[in-house]
Amino acid sequence: MAAPMVRKSYSGVVATVPVSIPYERYSIESAHWWIGRALRALAQGAGISHREIDGFAMASFSTAPDSAIGLTQHLGLSPRWLDHIPMGGVSGILSLRRAARAVQAGDAAIAACVAGDTNQVDSFRRTLENFSRFAQDAAYPYGAGGANASFALIARHYMDRFGARREDFGKLCVAQRTNALRNPNALMKKTLTLEQYMNARPIADPIHLFDCVMPCAGAEGFLVMREETARSLGLPSARILSTIERHHAFSDDAVQYRGGWARDIGELYSMAGISQDAIDVVQTYDDYPVISMMQFEDLGFCGKGEGPDFVRSHSFEIDGSFPHNMIFWGETT
Amino acid sequence: MTEPLSPPKRKNPLARTRRTLLPPSARSRTAHGLTLAAAEGRFALQRCGECGKFTYPPRDACPECLSSQLVFVEAPVGGVLVTSTTIHVTGDSYFREHMPWRQGIVVADCGPRIIAHLHADCTDGERVNLSLRLDKAGQPVVFAAPSQRASNMQDDPALREMTADPRYRRVLITNGRHPATEALVRSFKDAGATSVFVGVAEAWKPLAGEDRLGAIDGVQLLSLDLTDQRSVFNLAADIAGKVDILVNTADHVRPVHLFEPAGTRKLMEAVNATVAGTMNLAQAFGPAMAGRGADGVNSAAAWVNLLSAYALANAPEFGAVSVSHAACLSLSHWLRAELRKGGVRLLNAFAGPLDDEWYQSVPAPRVSAGQLADGIIDGLRRGLEEIYVGDVARDIRARLAANPKALEREIGR
Repeated sequence: MAAPMVRKSYSGVVATVPVSIPYERYSIESAHWWIGRALRALAQGAGISHREIDGFAMASFSTAPDSAIGLTQHLGLSPRWLDHIPMGGVSGILSLRRAARAVQAGDAAIAACVAGDTNQVDSFRRTLENFSRFAQDAAYPYGAGGANASFALIARHYMDRFGARREDFGKLCVAQRTNALRNPNALMKKTLTLEQYMNARPIADPIHLFDCVMPCAGAEGFLVMREETARSLGLPSARILSTIERHHAFSDDAVQYRGGWARDIGELYSMAGISQDAIDVVQTYDDYPVISMMQFEDLGFCGKGEGPDFVRSHSFEIDGSFPHNMIFWGETT
Repeated sequence: MTEPLSPPKRKNPLARTRRTLLPPSARSRTAHGLTLAAAEGRFALQRCGECGKFTYPPRDACPECLSSQLVFVEAPVGGVLVTSTTIHVTGDSYFREHMPWRQGIVVADCGPRIIAHLHADCTDGERVNLSLRLDKAGQPVVFAAPSQRASNMQDDPALREMTADPRYRRVLITNGRHPATEALVRSFKDAGATSVFVGVAEAWKPLAGEDRLGAIDGVQLLSLDLTDQRSVFNLAADIAGKVDILVNTADHVRPVHLFEPAGTRKLMEAVNATVAGTMNLAQAFGPAMAGRGADGVNSAAAWVNLLSAYALANAPEFGAVSVSHAACLSLSHWLRAELRKGGVRLLNAFAGPLDDEWYQSVPAPRVSAGQLADGIIDGLRRGLEEIYVGDVARDIRARLAANPKALEREIGR
């Protein structure tokens, strides 16, 4: 095999116009409606017509029977670059890195990356039921615990192996709620105390209520374009130093205790030209707090198994020693 | 250790009978390789025909070498439970009624990691035995139990959902004149059945072993003529709501030669006794049983058909038996599809020639009544859909799988 090629930088490409359509616990609207609102906010935010958007990456679990192509027609788009990324929590980064390359290569000038889902009463149960073939054949019929049960197994195993305690997970959840209270669009408006976290009702041992992702309706989006395009539109923007993507890493592990980050972390920092010390804010994908803890380790902020101690020795609020998961970029539209 | 099952309380006539709900039943077509093994009580997983690696969940390409030769083969049952969880909250209606529910990840000795239902005695880090079961929806699931046997293991509530254990259940044996009747009655009583109803046609005819049957506690002889629809419905009106396991022993073994002038009439007699009898039973008892699939400890659990192994391939010497039982086999699939909606299993017990007068001419090995009864109890305890009792039935099953043409040519010799 040839020596690994050094990946091209993302120079000249930026992400801009972040939009967030305020979430609702339940919605009578369709995913199309939510995605349409995000797309409109993107066009308005950029001061362009949505017809000028020639690249479209759509992430959703709830557009059936439509895939991305159906949405282009629905929304009056005529893109020359189109991607459909029904991959849940990783869709944001996946959309970003795909769109960045498309724009860099000239396949699209302005790419809209939109994630949107609706949550109608009972639609989440149906999503779980039909999540994947393996889930259907080999996970869901075993108590129908959905993601809660799967992550309960991961969390229990992690706790047993590395000595994490519920309090450690709780500390992350409480800090995250504190941060969220400063976001006017946040769905949860009340403070969460560690005591409430600890006393919450059990969902799937050791997962309790405040560990759980809450199904809801909402949409998010951003645009990817060349830096000079952003400048000519007068848009503040962010450059991309590095990205990594790795699916189904370490598939021989009996129970997951590390993720693909651990495999590609070297490349993440070498491509970025910085080390973890230079990072001010960390956003992890927080489907469950154990996964955030795993990411602290796998992204090099501490060693494997040191996640619990790392959490005990840091504070995760906006003004804490390790600001973590503090989204409040939402334009209130 | 498992709490022993408590006998069911007397049913409150004012309480609504719970509707039967079923666990999630969607499966891929490939996953039905597990169904086949589960139905017969085997533990089988896919193994790559090229690289030899076991794989799970069921796939269409080997993740090791991408071969498509993934064959379901018997797999070692041992494994270690590496982690587990107790689910307290679910969106699924069936499991909601059974919360909390345990599941865990088992690393099988043969390689794959498997999410399994757990017997309550399972402990993290300990060795377990894996088995394939049919859940309440009739779909295949993996069940892990401690490798060390303990008392009352069979009474585990999760396991009881996946079996049709006779304990505390009420049984109807439909044809008291079947040679296995007495053995069946005794086996069901030994297995903890509360009561056994035995249907007897033409009560004026003497019934072999009547005194002995009558002397067993909890046994009732009742008038039932399977060929008479009114008789079947009359009995159903009395007892259909308290039959938890129905053992259909309709049979009619008579020598018939294909070319004899009376052949058609004799065949129709056999069909009437078996197929029409089963159809009458299905109509009279099927709806009541399907409506009581979730009725507590003594819910309706299973329908058992005694079938000749000659249903699987026509044995010319017993051609009419083969024809009538083949029709019963087809009818059983029809009935199974209806009962499954109510969470009630259908077990087909295939047996070779019984050790009775009608099979006088058949050389050994023949199936004794006790052997047949034990096989049925075992099949119910394991929640199976197909059992093959005796060497002849197992031989026919194996040859049918290997080469149906060879079986067809040779069975008459």
